[in-house]
Amino acid sequence: MSAVLREQVLAELRERISSIEGAGVKRAGCLPFGVPEIDAVLPGGGLAHGALHEFAGGGSGTVDGAAAALMAAGIAARTKGQVAWCLTRPDLFMPALAQVGLHPDRIVFVEGDREEDVLASMEECISYGGLGAVVGELVRLPMVASRRLQLAAERTGTMAIVVRRWRRQTEANDFGQPTASTTRWRVSVLPSEELPVPGLGRARWLLELMRSRAGECAEFEIGACDDKGCIHLSSRFGNRSDMSGRSRNSA
Amino acid sequence: MIAKSGSKRWVSAVNDAARKAGVRVGMPAAKARAIFRDLMMMDADHVADAAALERIALWALTVYSPIVAVDGADGLVLDTEGADHLQGGEETMLAGIANRFRSKGLTARVAIADTWGAAHACARAIQRETVVVPRGETFRAVERLPIDLLRLPDKIIDDLRTLGFQTVGELANTARAPLALRFGLEIGRRLDQMLGRASEPIEPIRAPEWVEVSRAFAEPIGAAETIDKYVGGLVVQLVAELQRRGLGVRRTDLIVDKVDGSRQAIRAGTAKPARDVAWLTKLFRDRTEKIEPGFGIEKLTLVAVMSQPLHEEQRSSTLINEETSDITPLIDVLGNRGQRVYRLAPVASDVPERSVQRVAAAAEPSGEIWNHQWRRPVRLLDRPDRITAISLMPDYPPRSITWRGRRHNVKRADGPERIFGEWWKRDSELEAVRDYYVIENDVGERFWIFRSGDGVDPETGDHQWFMHGIFA
Repeated sequence: MSAVLREQVLAELRERISSIEGAGVKRAGCLPFGVPEIDAVLPGGGLAHGALHEFAGGGSGTVDGAAAALMAAGIAARTKGQVAWCLTRPDLFMPALAQVGLHPDRIVFVEGDREEDVLASMEECISYGGLGAVVGELVRLPMVASRRLQLAAERTGTMAIVVRRWRRQTEANDFGQPTASTTRWRVSVLPSEELPVPGLGRARWLLELMRSRAGECAEFEIGACDDKGCIHLSSRFGNRSDMSGRSRNSA
Repeated sequence: MIAKSGSKRWVSAVNDAARKAGVRVGMPAAKARAIFRDLMMMDADHVADAAALERIALWALTVYSPIVAVDGADGLVLDTEGADHLQGGEETMLAGIANRFRSKGLTARVAIADTWGAAHACARAIQRETVVVPRGETFRAVERLPIDLLRLPDKIIDDLRTLGFQTVGELANTARAPLALRFGLEIGRRLDQMLGRASEPIEPIRAPEWVEVSRAFAEPIGAAETIDKYVGGLVVQLVAELQRRGLGVRRTDLIVDKVDGSRQAIRAGTAKPARDVAWLTKLFRDRTEKIEPGFGIEKLTLVAVMSQPLHEEQRSSTLINEETSDITPLIDVLGNRGQRVYRLAPVASDVPERSVQRVAAAAEPSGEIWNHQWRRPVRLLDRPDRITAISLMPDYPPRSITWRGRRHNVKRADGPERIFGEWWKRDSELEAVRDYYVIENDVGERFWIFRSGDGVDPETGDHQWFMHGIFA
């Protein structure tokens, strides 16, 4: 009799603990890239919902942040629901975002005057909970701010993406500073895919996973987002020697 | 315009033509007729004037500031403290007000000053349309103005004139006691109000149909939690009243009356008619810290300044669990914090910088999308940047370009994509042509550049090269 009672009490306790642990976490799970090699590296098999992810550019991309922004747009396009994009410099060209599958009706821009406004807006959007993804373009991401964003994201299950873009290329070593983000990526441009005719093929990127909580770092050569926002592993994985050849067009 | 007071008929307003003929405000009607025989005279309708002025005041209240009142028979006074930044600053706001009146065929004089009195005097004295009196320069601005702008009774003005006072400065520099003995305290009070030594709260105008709830406190309150609590209570009352009338609010003002007679207003706007307690409470709680209780608050008033019909709607439940949450409350929270919240929508134009327009974030989704055959850059420079390029005319991409002092060798290129000027919009674009190329340099950076002109005909452009965007 007492053994049955003890079992009952234990089960009840376990249930309570699990409910405490999972309190507020609405939607766990991941958004897979659809590329087995990349998904295998990430814990959970994809980019975690309810977490903060950082994307930065490499080379001159640290200033314009074009590849990082398009990468973020491709990820946001594959989430469900509205997307909020917080920024201070409105120089995004929306047709390009539409070309990776992010419909203009789905995206709401929040433009502030200062960096702090962007952080505050991001936190507000993340805590609101009904959005698919929240993207912010930031120069600085201090530890405390990133921790706040990460916690807010954990609470609501919204994916938070920070696109880092600096004013000068030399300031980009700031990317080495620790933040609370779950993953940290660098997207740099590579020469585009070779075509048999003059012209530009699909753009290629070097995607570096520089930090991943409970995971390994890795490096991939990928083809840029297609019209659904999906990336794919470049066919010339790890082989860049033939890219130095001139194309026929510029001969 | 002829007004009647008692048996006297006098001119109360004149237009430019009559002024040129020599007719002045205040002269007897018979004298005006004597000056110009065919003078068209109309009886002034004070009631209609006042009603029209009140309508303008109510309009200004929904657009510019929560505290608006009718000032005399011919003016409005607005407390724009903390409201001007929404219109782009004081000067922009004034120019905007003047333009709006001009577009309606009305002439308006607009002035901003530290005090009601000073603004009243400046608006009536200036020849220009707008004037901004800088902070703390009130005395310098008003000292040369005539004393009839002091808002004193006509009798006192006439008597002061008899005594030889002409300007506000002269009067302000005279000892107060003899003036008070002779004319009463009125002169001192008006001077103090003009120069900001005495406070003069503006009693805001109210329309009878507005939903208004208020709460007066026996003991002044000041703590943020207490304010939050009572604001929450007021919102519940307001929502109950709105529900009864079937309305939803678009703009709500919280007016805070303080013990020292001053008044502060906080405005919350919503993108759609709202009648939700949590939503409205959040909008005000967000800005409780903006309230300066000073010595304490004695009354809180919540007014629904702008409301629209809002009907209950039936939500049907579907088997498919679609997660489409309404983000209008979020848009309101961000918008009330002063962030610009918008969506971008396509415009039917081939010129890149004209193909995107901002629309309201809460606007209905249009479903439209750009249908470009060609790829578009992620970042578009707001102004095309001049570059130098070495290229073979007419239709080859450049071999190399120099942008911002850096030279890029062109490895690969695509183009040209020809975009014609929109002659139906601007005559100067009749012949204009831009040839766009996508180019890639050694390391894989991809740019969007164009040449103005088709490379053959100088009519189409001067063949200069420009950088316009950056690809990912």
